[in-house]
Amino acid sequence: MSVIKVQHISKHFGNLKAVDDLSFEVQAGQVFGFLGQNGSGKSTTIRMLLSLIHPSSGSIEIFGKSIEKNRAAILEQVGAIIERPDLYPYLNAKEHLQLFAKVRKQKIPAGAIDATLEKVGLFHRAKDKVQTFSLGMKQRLGIAIALVHNPSLIILDEPTNGLDPQGIAAIRTLIKQLAKEEGKTVFVSSHLLSEIEQVADQILIIHQGKKIIEGVTKDLLDPQRRIVQIKTMDDEGTLQVIVAGSFSNYLLPRREGIFLKIPTYEIPLLNETLVKAGVALLAIETKNSLEDYFLQITSNA
Amino acid sequence: MWSLIQVELYKIFRRPRTYIAFGAVAALIVVIQLGLKIDGNSYAAFLMKDINDTLTVDGKVLNGYLICYILLQLLLVHVPLLVALIAADMLSGEANLGTLRLLFSTPFSRTQWVLAKFIAASVYTILLLIWLAFLALFVSMWVFGTDDLFLMKSNYVVLIEQKDVLWRYVGAFVFASFSLLTVTSLGFLMSSMAGNSIGPIVGTMSAIVFFTILSTLNIPLFTIIKPYLFTTHMNNWKEFFDIKVNASNEAITGSILNIPKIKTSLIVLTLHIILFVTASIMIMKKKDILS
Repeated sequence: MSVIKVQHISKHFGNLKAVDDLSFEVQAGQVFGFLGQNGSGKSTTIRMLLSLIHPSSGSIEIFGKSIEKNRAAILEQVGAIIERPDLYPYLNAKEHLQLFAKVRKQKIPAGAIDATLEKVGLFHRAKDKVQTFSLGMKQRLGIAIALVHNPSLIILDEPTNGLDPQGIAAIRTLIKQLAKEEGKTVFVSSHLLSEIEQVADQILIIHQGKKIIEGVTKDLLDPQRRIVQIKTMDDEGTLQVIVAGSFSNYLLPRREGIFLKIPTYEIPLLNETLVKAGVALLAIETKNSLEDYFLQITSNA
Repeated sequence: MWSLIQVELYKIFRRPRTYIAFGAVAALIVVIQLGLKIDGNSYAAFLMKDINDTLTVDGKVLNGYLICYILLQLLLVHVPLLVALIAADMLSGEANLGTLRLLFSTPFSRTQWVLAKFIAASVYTILLLIWLAFLALFVSMWVFGTDDLFLMKSNYVVLIEQKDVLWRYVGAFVFASFSLLTVTSLGFLMSSMAGNSIGPIVGTMSAIVFFTILSTLNIPLFTIIKPYLFTTHMNNWKEFFDIKVNASNEAITGSILNIPKIKTSLIVLTLHIILFVTASIMIMKKKDILS
């Protein structure tokens, strides 16, 4: 069952296309990794999911309902942190949770606030004002606010920003626990593939507002399938050969250059096919990891 | 909705900035009261200098009621600036802090949030006015005692019997609450259009100063628009202290000279409040929350 269904959304700010015809689905119980460089359109997309920004076009359904028409009912079941953990400096951690528990239509059970603070490791600082908190502690409090009402969908925008290695590991564990043990759907964004690949079941890479690649993490990271870049004198002609040679299933969305995610044993066959077709090959470069591909694609564009 | 108002009130009264206005009002009133207590007789003599030859006034002229009137004349011009400090920060302050996105991603509509914030800002405004009333009226009554209220107008004097004064102050404060709520709603409108607090606070203050100047200019062009400006009506609380007289030129206890003027002013101020708040809601509903 799709918890999030995004269809062809775009967002323009004047002449700037922040998000460009983006579509994806997130399944229930899944950890969905939303990966992209800073300024790639991640936060704009997340703001559209939360109805903070109105899309210029396209539609968003959450829990099978349009966010535009069923905003309140949907957001009752959603917990989110968006970008920086901006909080009220004159309130303490516990007061923040009490305040945000109060603005939920459902009743938050007694003890949920302390339990949530415990979960993010802030129970011992519950009575301290936020102005005394480090960035990492604010980030953890932001996550606590997203979790306090026990939502079914959790949207975390760059949740490990500002955290130390221990804090990052703790958040990673928490995300896995939320999905695997509590059956929640987690939508997590980051600009670090290494962060996302450790927790996400599915990964989508966005760049300049457009989807670059999407797939199951284990497939994308499968060592038996390599990402190769084909460098030729004639990209269009080469693409025709690839399609005719039944390699089209392996083609990755194209920016500059031709990329395929292909089983290792088929690389010689691909080479042979291209040579036989008379393609003026300059190189077939194998990328070591998805990260190489991510870096290449984002630096090219 | 009630829970949203509670949350907004909680935030207002946990902020140190909130108490600046209460402190400023208290400091000003105490300083003026102290000055009048020490050198009040000279001040009273100065007030009466033009009529001493034609009129003999018995009793305590400088009593608590007159002190309150003097204080209100001085302060009700400046309290709007203090109100703007909070009202103009209600939406833009949260946008600047980055917390607006947290509020607007809860299951309450933006209209509900904007209304809750306006109601909370209004409660703050009313409490500030009550604080002002307590200090200016009741403390003055306690310190200076009570007697008939003797007011010097531009070309006549008004003498209101002691027993006929208190309800007029109640009326004046209720009227003043409408004036200050108009400022609150104006600050709110400015706040909905900005992403930081300074702009709306300065904008609200500038708008008040600008329209006050237009309201006081006697140029024919501005005379046409004057009746529609909120600043023209904000100081009409003074109408509660203009009293009708009978054929023998004796004051009629319990009367107000120009009730239609008060009614018109209240209607104009209320319409401004509705206009400013509705505009704020429309702006916030359409706004992309980018902060």
